[in-house]
Amino acid sequence: MTVDQSLADLSDTLFSIAVALYSVAVVAFCAQLAFGRRPARELVGAGAGVGSAAAAPAAPPRSSRWGSIGLAVTVLGALAHAGVLVTRGLAAHRLPWGNVYEFATAVVLVGVAAFVVLAVRVPGVRDMGAFVLAPAVLALVAIGLFLYTETGPLVAALRSSWLAVHVTSAILGFGVFFVSGIASVLYLLRIRHDTRDTPRGDGSSSVLSRLPSAATLDRVAHRTAVFGFPIWTFAVIAGAIWAESAWGRFWGWDPKETWAFIAWVVYAGYLHARTTAGWRGRPAAWVNVVGLVVMVFNLLYVNMVSTGLHSYAGLN
Amino acid sequence: MTTTAPPREAAAPPPAARPPLGRRALALWLRWWRRLTAMRTAIILLFLLALAAIPGSLLPQRSLNQNAVRQYFTDHPTLAPVLDRLYAFDVFGSPWFAAVYLLLFVSLIGCVVPRLVEHARALRAAPPPAPRRLLRLPDSAELATPLPGPAALDVVEEELRVARFRVVRRDSPAGPELSAEKGFWKETGNLLFHLSLVALLLGLAGGKLWGYEGSILVTEGQGFCNSFQQYDTYSAGPLVEGGDLTPLCIDLEAFHARYEEDLTAASYTADIRYGPPGEPGRETTIGVNHPLRVDGDRVYVTGHGYAPRFTVTLPDGRQFTDVSAPFLPSDQTTMASEGALKLPDLGAGADSQLALEGFFAPTGLVQGGVLTSIDPRPLDPQVAVLAYQGYLGLDSGLPQSVYSLDASQIERGRLTEVGRANLSVGESMTLPDGTTVTFTGTSQFAALQLSHDPGQVWVLAAAISLLTGLLALLLLRRERFFARVAPAPDGGGTVLSVGSLTRGGGESATRFAALTGQLRTALDERSPTPSAPSSGGAAPEPEASRRDR
Ligand code: HEM
Repeated sequence: MTVDQSLADLSDTLFSIAVALYSVAVVAFCAQLAFGRRPARELVGAGAGVGSAAAAPAAPPRSSRWGSIGLAVTVLGALAHAGVLVTRGLAAHRLPWGNVYEFATAVVLVGVAAFVVLAVRVPGVRDMGAFVLAPAVLALVAIGLFLYTETGPLVAALRSSWLAVHVTSAILGFGVFFVSGIASVLYLLRIRHDTRDTPRGDGSSSVLSRLPSAATLDRVAHRTAVFGFPIWTFAVIAGAIWAESAWGRFWGWDPKETWAFIAWVVYAGYLHARTTAGWRGRPAAWVNVVGLVVMVFNLLYVNMVSTGLHSYAGLN
Repeated sequence: MTTTAPPREAAAPPPAARPPLGRRALALWLRWWRRLTAMRTAIILLFLLALAAIPGSLLPQRSLNQNAVRQYFTDHPTLAPVLDRLYAFDVFGSPWFAAVYLLLFVSLIGCVVPRLVEHARALRAAPPPAPRRLLRLPDSAELATPLPGPAALDVVEEELRVARFRVVRRDSPAGPELSAEKGFWKETGNLLFHLSLVALLLGLAGGKLWGYEGSILVTEGQGFCNSFQQYDTYSAGPLVEGGDLTPLCIDLEAFHARYEEDLTAASYTADIRYGPPGEPGRETTIGVNHPLRVDGDRVYVTGHGYAPRFTVTLPDGRQFTDVSAPFLPSDQTTMASEGALKLPDLGAGADSQLALEGFFAPTGLVQGGVLTSIDPRPLDPQVAVLAYQGYLGLDSGLPQSVYSLDASQIERGRLTEVGRANLSVGESMTLPDGTTVTFTGTSQFAALQLSHDPGQVWVLAAAISLLTGLLALLLLRRERFFARVAPAPDGGGTVLSVGSLTRGGGESATRFAALTGQLRTALDERSPTPSAPSSGGAAPEPEASRRDR
């Protein structure tokens, strides 16, 4: 089966379009933070240069309008982003998660999608937009620069229906944990800001004060982690079942397996911490942040440095 | 425990005043036990477990790659032995790793068993009575209805039973009341999840104790039987006896590697014949992702390579036809391979043994006299061999690699190079003593692995029940619902107070609003005067539409 080169090129173009749209969304969400809940007259310094000309001067819910624009552009970006994977899959006649580039791209897509779903259901979450989309843009740029792999066929070990089951659930779990981790980071920032409680005129603290409330952030972090944990558990189990038929043992402490296990244990720790006196709030949030660090470490370090059996591992 | 005041302590208290040693030890033990089984300890132990696993991924592990460990020893000659004493190359079998997870599981059992007992008791007990101040519950409301009190409670009970609550009615000093409860499955899921973890660990342990694994390279046309003597390498649990192995023999009839246009490996398959020793057996094809499974044993293809074939003709005319040895691939993309063919039994004494050591290219290209491989497929097989004659040292008692010659024999001059050549299929080289070596072609070999893990099915079952428990634990909620009726203060009709207490499952306000809405409708339907819908109390409609905070 040959690779359809024009589709593969289209995939690369869509990648750039998605990054561009997300960047526009970041600007819109920043405008929302800058203009949010403040009288129009005070805007002079804070929101300069963010295209405020487009906003009608009279409308009072300006911030929410910027938020809606940001969300709409995010959805467009996510469509282009999904197009990246769809065209890749069509070009190579297979599921579009056969290497680290495709896997990481899909994880970011799931993260963005999880954010969109949350933002539609809980309007307060929209205020997180800039903080979700900016890391997403950075991640995509890094993925495009350092992880890019040409469209190609799968190696023999990956030709199994378990690829669909195991890798899809790993992507879903990871993407959801991504949003959860960001919510916990914002929660920690927000708590610090709230406890210092120094109402300065503008600057960083005023941006933090426009984040969703600490309670909302904590709830978003917990709900997403609760959603992600069974998916991750399933991904690990499915991986073990696949490993049993591909490598002759269901668990062998290969580095990738080891870090998947570490992440699982850390998230179990987070869920426990959330229900244990003395661990609620800040300590629990830190555990969740550690969980995200472990996930990212597993994706980057383990794939690139200490390869092991996972055929993804190793970039050419 | 002691009640003596400090000043009196000087006059050593009589021994009878102190609790007996046994009691004190018990108290101490209980205190430690409580500390070990606290959730806080569980979190710490979970963290320790995560931390303890880290060195196992950063340092080479014997269980994964013996060569990498050996390499580490050569690269870090002073550090490696120290690390080795700390089990750093066997992290997952080390006593300290075991200590962490065993403590965690003791803590888990100590935590879960009391909950199991309590849960079993709660399953049979009735829901608790309603709190005195119902309206102080996190979600509460008052509804007015023209129905008399007991009839109103009948309606509530019916609605709750339809929603699968368990309901009891009581009479309290504050008036007739109702308690309802549902969501036992959440706690059941919690217990199932934690107990499945224990089951999983037992399955893993069983597999380690009674399981074994053997690996062997088999060239096309050859075979092996399942016994530890035959394997190139094997590992077995402490409770495995050599005689316990399943009687099974495997012959490799043919091996196929298929490649995409860009030379990505598309599939490896081995056509095998298998069955008990001495029987013709059955044919099947196994490959990557498709092992052979025969009751409790699995046979995998874990690798492949080429075995060049040579025909050796001695000066006296005796011929050794198509002898071969597997050459190990040193580069998976071109299958360039290296290996050695040792012929100790030429019948001319221990000092005139013959060996060929060299390099094999499935598709060779010679540039400036150097052979390289440019394609993994056997399109133009070539070998570059060095021929040695002398004493191979195979019976010296020291183990030797099958894939290379013993360099010390060459250094000592007991094995000397007598010729070298690049050969294509059909070409020959003649050694000084008149022996000719002909490269006659190549066979393929497969690296086969036979695994036996009696714990595997058990582990799978535990994993499935773990996931089931986890879903119940995380997605279900435990809900208590209370209702009490009192006569309306303005006479005529009843005020119904309702409240609920929820654990898990996120936003409870919306669900509570929906439930009170249903109650409202049901009460109105039963009322003798259905034309009086809003008779005071909390109106459910606006509440229900207030979706998000
Ligand atoms: C092998 C290690 C363990 C793992 C992986 C694990 C995992 C989990 C998970 C994922 C939850 C769900 C948290 C939630 O409700 O959101 C949970 C709940 C719970 N765990 Fe564990 N656990 C472990 C050990 C323990 C131990 C040692 C204890 C007792 C000290 C314990 C006691 C509990 C309790 C009481 C809950 C219920 C919390 C609630 O319902 O609010 N667990 N566990």
